[in-house]
Amino acid sequence: MSNKISETLTFECETGNYHTFCPISCVAWLYQKIEDSFFLVVGTKTCGYFLQNALGVMIFAEPRYAMAELEEGDISAQLNDYKELKRLCLQIKKDRNPSVIIWIGTCTTEIIKMDLEGMAPKLENELGIPIVVARANGLDYAFTQGEDTVLAAMAHRCPEQNILLDNKKVIQQDSAIQDFFSFLSLEKKEETTNKSLINLKKHAPLVLFGSLPSTVASQLSSELKRQSVQVSGWLPAQRYTDLPSLGDQVYVCGVNPFLSRTATTLMRRRKCKLIGAPFPIGPDGTRAWIEKICSVFNIKTKDLEQREQQIWENLKDYLDLVRGKSVFFMGDNLLEISLARFLIRCGMIVYEIGIPYLDKRYQAAELLFLQNTCKSMGIPMPRIVEKPDNYNQIQRMRELQPDLAITGMAHANPLEARGINTKWSVEFTFAQIHGFTNARDVLELVTRPLRRNNNLENLGWNDLTKKEKQIKLN
Amino acid sequence: MKLAYWMYAGPAHIGTLRVASSFKNVHAIMHAPLGDDYFNVMRSMLERERDFTPVTASIVDRHVLARGSQEKVVDNITRKDKEERPDLIVLTPTCTSSILQEDLQNFVDRASTTSNSDVILADVNHYRVNELQAADRTLEQVVRYYLEKARRQGTLDQSLTKEPSANIIGIFTLGFHNQHDCRELKRLLQDLNIKVNKVIPEGGSVTDLQSLPKAWFNLVPYREIGLMTAIYLEKNFGMPYVSITPMGIVDTAECIRQIQKHVNNLLPNKKVDYEPYIDQQTRFVSQAAWFSRSIDCQNLTGKKAVVFGDATHAASITRILAREMGIRVSCTGTYCKHDTEWFKEQVQGFCDEILITDDHTEVGDMIARIEPSAIFGTQMERHIGKRLDIPCGVISSPVHIQNFPLGYRPFLGYEGTNQIADLIYNSFTLGMEDHLLEIFGGHDTKEVITKSLSTDTDLTWNYESQLELNKIPGFVRGKIKRNTEKFARQNNITTITVEIMYAAKEALSA
Repeated sequence: MSNKISETLTFECETGNYHTFCPISCVAWLYQKIEDSFFLVVGTKTCGYFLQNALGVMIFAEPRYAMAELEEGDISAQLNDYKELKRLCLQIKKDRNPSVIIWIGTCTTEIIKMDLEGMAPKLENELGIPIVVARANGLDYAFTQGEDTVLAAMAHRCPEQNILLDNKKVIQQDSAIQDFFSFLSLEKKEETTNKSLINLKKHAPLVLFGSLPSTVASQLSSELKRQSVQVSGWLPAQRYTDLPSLGDQVYVCGVNPFLSRTATTLMRRRKCKLIGAPFPIGPDGTRAWIEKICSVFNIKTKDLEQREQQIWENLKDYLDLVRGKSVFFMGDNLLEISLARFLIRCGMIVYEIGIPYLDKRYQAAELLFLQNTCKSMGIPMPRIVEKPDNYNQIQRMRELQPDLAITGMAHANPLEARGINTKWSVEFTFAQIHGFTNARDVLELVTRPLRRNNNLENLGWNDLTKKEKQIKLN
Repeated sequence: MKLAYWMYAGPAHIGTLRVASSFKNVHAIMHAPLGDDYFNVMRSMLERERDFTPVTASIVDRHVLARGSQEKVVDNITRKDKEERPDLIVLTPTCTSSILQEDLQNFVDRASTTSNSDVILADVNHYRVNELQAADRTLEQVVRYYLEKARRQGTLDQSLTKEPSANIIGIFTLGFHNQHDCRELKRLLQDLNIKVNKVIPEGGSVTDLQSLPKAWFNLVPYREIGLMTAIYLEKNFGMPYVSITPMGIVDTAECIRQIQKHVNNLLPNKKVDYEPYIDQQTRFVSQAAWFSRSIDCQNLTGKKAVVFGDATHAASITRILAREMGIRVSCTGTYCKHDTEWFKEQVQGFCDEILITDDHTEVGDMIARIEPSAIFGTQMERHIGKRLDIPCGVISSPVHIQNFPLGYRPFLGYEGTNQIADLIYNSFTLGMEDHLLEIFGGHDTKEVITKSLSTDTDLTWNYESQLELNKIPGFVRGKIKRNTEKFARQNNITTITVEIMYAAKEALSA
């Protein structure tokens, strides 16, 4: 394996034989995020088995999601889809009374061409509950892209904002949303309304999209507030009934790299203006993200550089651990580019960035940032491999012997047994990794295998595979 | 359509993959969309497998949907043949591929002409059979394939081994305590002077399958997988089989007596007598017989229990509870609906009622209604027990990682009886202890009220920060609160706001 230093980023595309989670897994975090929702996954036992095993303990906490398990009669159209779905949704309404039911279409509904989009409006009328349809299937998407399909579908349901017609009303509505997100107390309401009035005069409404735990969302909101940028809403909001208003005056900005469909929908269908920025992962990413937003609104940032510097100082102990170490991203959740960029800035060498799907337009700012980071750190550009082939990757890894492989759970234990440190990639999806405050959490994850193995290093049993197998695989 | 939150048995392809990946040097290729290879995660995580799981997917994507798989499946098979040189490649359909109705058999035929490996198509219907039935079927299919192949090539050696010998059929990956059970069965057979001819599928090689008929008889420890194979071998090679699960003292003895019968049928002159062995083991090696006589076990008399699990384990545990420990089994049940009749026959007379269902809410309702002192079930029943405050011993899959213990924990054979006795006893005493604690008002220890640095707090949390604090999961909330207050004190801050909380997190790297 040649390890040439190239000046530009190289993109490759392999066979797409890689391991990732099915996109329906997005219900796991979305049902928790959107508190008044119910997710109904219309699929087979295979989908159900995946959800139940992948989500482990959550399944026992009376989740607000369920399978509409298709049986032979549904597949062969002996049963009427509409009647069946109506029966199940009535039951859900009776038992849980959600504000919205989200149907997740799966591979099976695609193949038998079940017209979920056609049935939803009819049933919505009959039931009196909004029904949102998202096709998060394994035929088209990988893992986190599931959230993208749901948010894209939800973008259509956001109320229309019309600033020119009724300025005052909008501002009130906005500050109501604002109140919700920054948890402002009742006593302070008067003051904040005034404040947001002043601020809104300064810049057009800004809606952020991407599902984040509410603490992380409010952290990011308050980072922007320091720069006197007001976030007027989030897609998704904590409740379906609080979806932000959208319109052609509204600026939108993504917080996650896998939301390209949502971005497209917001631009094309809701006429919003997209702010293309690197993603707020790592202190470098967070600063670049804030700077980009501020520059769009013509706001001069204040103390941002110091703030970033101070975060880096706090990370010093971890940086000492990772400096000069090499990483290999096998690729499965689309966070890879941003994480790689952050780790390069931390002084690591990235051999390969595997990624399921790369939208070069939506990630343009992030890619440029990656390139600049490589240059400023004097580190060779990593190869970016779209739709990777896990088998080939393992061969490459055998030659490169990276200090750390960021990989799915299917490969983690076998790689560990062969003496390669691994970190489960899914943890990056579920951990809090956004903003200045959580930069440490990312490094906490990345360094965990390194720290663990520092303790075990001297025991002399790093390779734990049987010899015969070893010879055969080499 | 069925509204479902949870299922006991997985989809069919999981069963096929479990059998395929149990064999040595067998590779399975799933015809499946992206993300359906979750089996690899389960095997790697639950079994803590060191080797790469020999399962890959031939991905079904939009293009396949539009034009069919065309060369893709064949290419993937030949590629895997070159890369890994497996003895056998099993093409595994999934629920998705079975509605596409592609002619997978045709791909298999074409691929087998160009590859060195044998190639077969797993013959299972996704909408009719579950994981366990599919596993049983696939094992039989593989065995049949290799025996017929050997017969065609004239390499089939049907002569019996000189010494009495047995095949153990049905030990496989992700099976509930299968590894430990296998070791215990081998030990049992060794004690009886019976050689182990082959263990399949776990660790077996498909090229060795042709020597299966050399054994004197087959031992099928579990009801769910292996029976079809045993019946096939009996029909075609006249091999007798023992299908009594050696779980519990009585059934282990019964299983050994069956073995004795088959061995003596084939022994020309000198007959074996295992009765002294059974007696010795029962009374002195296994502690379970003595245990059920001991005074401890007296306390369990007439206590109510509920049992639920796969057919094998639920039936055996029910009989152990009722017959060997004098516990009253109020209800026993299984999710193996396809085996209802056998199950009912097995537990007849050992329980008050029988529940056959694969709906976990029905099981939950039954448990809530009966209010037993202990439950013996799967992970699901353990969670039901948690909610209802009833102790539960896990006796059957589906299970979590903690049910793949590193230590030796067989359920079968004489050591198995010890393990089961411990499991049952511990479940009940815990329950009793709980009960006593409730009567006497808890442990006599002062509750640790606070680990906080601040006893009388001079700090105030404003409304937002309190809200924010309440959003933090309970188990870390205390720590966050302490750290924030510590930070505030160090910085002479008296009012804690959300911003202070974040600043504290950054500063203290909490």
